[in-house]
Amino acid sequence: MLINLADSYFSAANGGIDLKEMNENDPLVVLIHGAGMDRTVWFQQTRFLSHHGYRCFAVDLPAHGGTEGPPLETINEMADWISSVIERLGGPAHIVGHSMGSFIALATAANHPDSVLSATLIAVAEGMPVHPDLQTAADDNLPKGASFIAGWGHGPDQHLGGNPTPGLWMIGGATAVVENSKPGILSLDLSICSSYEETLQQAQSVKCPTTLILGSRDKMTPRRAAQPLIDALTNPTVVELEGVGHMSMTEAPKEVRQVLLDNFSNS
Amino acid sequence: MVEPDAHKFDTKSLHAGQRPDPSTGSRAVPIHQTTSYVFDSVDEAAALYNLEVGGHIYSRISNPTVAVLEERIAALEGGVGAVCTSSGMAAFHLAVATLLNTGDHIVSSQNLYGGSHNMMTFTMPRFGISTTFVDPHEPKSFLDAANENTKLFYAEVLGNPGIEVLDIEAIADAAHSIGVPLVVDATFATPYLIQPIEHGADVVIHSLTKFLGGHGIAIGGAVVDGGRFDWAASGKFPTLSEPYDGYHGIVFTDEFGPQALSMRARAEGLKDFGACMSPSNAFYLLQGIETLPLRMQKHVSNTHSVLDLLDKHDAVEWIRHPDHPSHPDHELAKRLYTKGSGAILSFGISGGREAGKKFIESVELASHLANVGDAKTLVIHPASTTHQQMSAEDLSTAGIGEDLVRISVGLEDPADICADLDRALKASQR
Repeated sequence: MLINLADSYFSAANGGIDLKEMNENDPLVVLIHGAGMDRTVWFQQTRFLSHHGYRCFAVDLPAHGGTEGPPLETINEMADWISSVIERLGGPAHIVGHSMGSFIALATAANHPDSVLSATLIAVAEGMPVHPDLQTAADDNLPKGASFIAGWGHGPDQHLGGNPTPGLWMIGGATAVVENSKPGILSLDLSICSSYEETLQQAQSVKCPTTLILGSRDKMTPRRAAQPLIDALTNPTVVELEGVGHMSMTEAPKEVRQVLLDNFSNS
Repeated sequence: MVEPDAHKFDTKSLHAGQRPDPSTGSRAVPIHQTTSYVFDSVDEAAALYNLEVGGHIYSRISNPTVAVLEERIAALEGGVGAVCTSSGMAAFHLAVATLLNTGDHIVSSQNLYGGSHNMMTFTMPRFGISTTFVDPHEPKSFLDAANENTKLFYAEVLGNPGIEVLDIEAIADAAHSIGVPLVVDATFATPYLIQPIEHGADVVIHSLTKFLGGHGIAIGGAVVDGGRFDWAASGKFPTLSEPYDGYHGIVFTDEFGPQALSMRARAEGLKDFGACMSPSNAFYLLQGIETLPLRMQKHVSNTHSVLDLLDKHDAVEWIRHPDHPSHPDHELAKRLYTKGSGAILSFGISGGREAGKKFIESVELASHLANVGDAKTLVIHPASTTHQQMSAEDLSTAGIGEDLVRISVGLEDPADICADLDRALKASQR
């Protein structure tokens, strides 16, 4: 659906519920996707949360998915945008970010504390250096960029299959999401990720409850790379998912749903 | 540059879609011969029924054994998902019924399996869906036949029975230029020989009964979702991009993005039309796919041996196979089908209909039956069997003369296949 925001609009999935039928007393949840991706990476969570007592919106960042407009060029700009989305939807909100989206969630919690009830950071690390071959493929808008992300982004089990949603091939789904991104967007997002250096500084100023969901087989943001961030946050909850790679939302959807429900109810 | 982290084709043929069963350790894919699945709770059941979470409800909609096959086919084709059906024709119907409505129009290649031609010519019009048939060699012919109600272009990547080679990229570009998808049937090729999605096709249909199964013991089909076509931006597919009351106003493109077609085809098409695949058939078909790469190599090499025989035979007037230099699409085939262009060929027999009949009745190793893609060599006379419902004019348009004999080259020793064909060809001339 398209939702107006100032003089523009943004695209979001909310489980197919008419905005007028949503209960404004239900807690707001905003899901933030990663580099070169869009709202649909949350399809295993969005509709579930929307039908379980939350006003859940998986949003498309500017120039991603169905949201038009020029892309934002820094994590802090994206955090400002998320804050305006939360205000538009009647926040404050529980925010959940994946990969680049986890940086955005962290920055939103740090820069806009009144907008955020809790922050859940999925596949996060102190920094996100990008493999030069991935950056090159993305710079050249090659399909190989999507293949790199889908390949490195999933744990070994997912390379075999066994998707909990019958008939869907997880690697193919992730590949298509990234391939379908607008030209130049993956390249820009990756360069934003690799140059972002404010993680620890922002972590120290976050006041809301935080939860980190980390995959034990994550090649893109390895578990050990999250430790400095864990140390910088105040009493974060850390959930490590065994055998899972960088895409916990699709690789372990049931576990992620449960962590989110626990986190929201405790915040 | 490093290579993406992904299993190769042969590995996927054996493994994609399955992890060893966690409760039993079973290495082979178990046959889940069950109609239904116990829910953990009322809330879980409600969430499953409302597409909030993934899982199995009832085997008409999904089944764990069938799901392994679906993932495997999607992985081999480079798609985002697949929905298996009771037959290849059910797969074609499922794709059309998921995407089109009354009043919609298809532009289709004229060189098709007779059953598909029949469905579009006689059956679909009863439901308000019309089709214009065109020469598949020219993108312009598709565009010229399109109108404001056209919703998809359809073709076989290797036509039946003339084995016309579809320039997938050219026809896909034409389809995309007017905001419609290219749906292809890739039954004759299998993903081992070509992966149409990589060339721009949006949906791939398979009769799994043929080479993918390879054994001739199970009927089945699949719709493979490429995940690249933007159904919402097209504005022509309300079944995917507008609220669906069947699931409380869900908009499939909003929720599932590139997997919208797969999800709707299952949630509506399998649930309401019910042309599901049985778990036993899925198991049989998986056994076939495990050896697909090896079998297709042998099918192609045996086909080349048969082509050599026919090329030199006095009883053969002409040969139709894209790997033969006389085929009009030979150069295109060399570009697209680097591993060979399949194991179906046709030829014209000297003496026409009577000689064709004698040939069919003289083969001893090859089997005369209405199938292709079996491990065993098969022969048939299309004008009197698979395409018999077509008019003389349509037969001519589709390039099917009364002298045409079709062979599906099997996996026997090529010397034995050739000896049998040679003997029958000689008998046909007496």
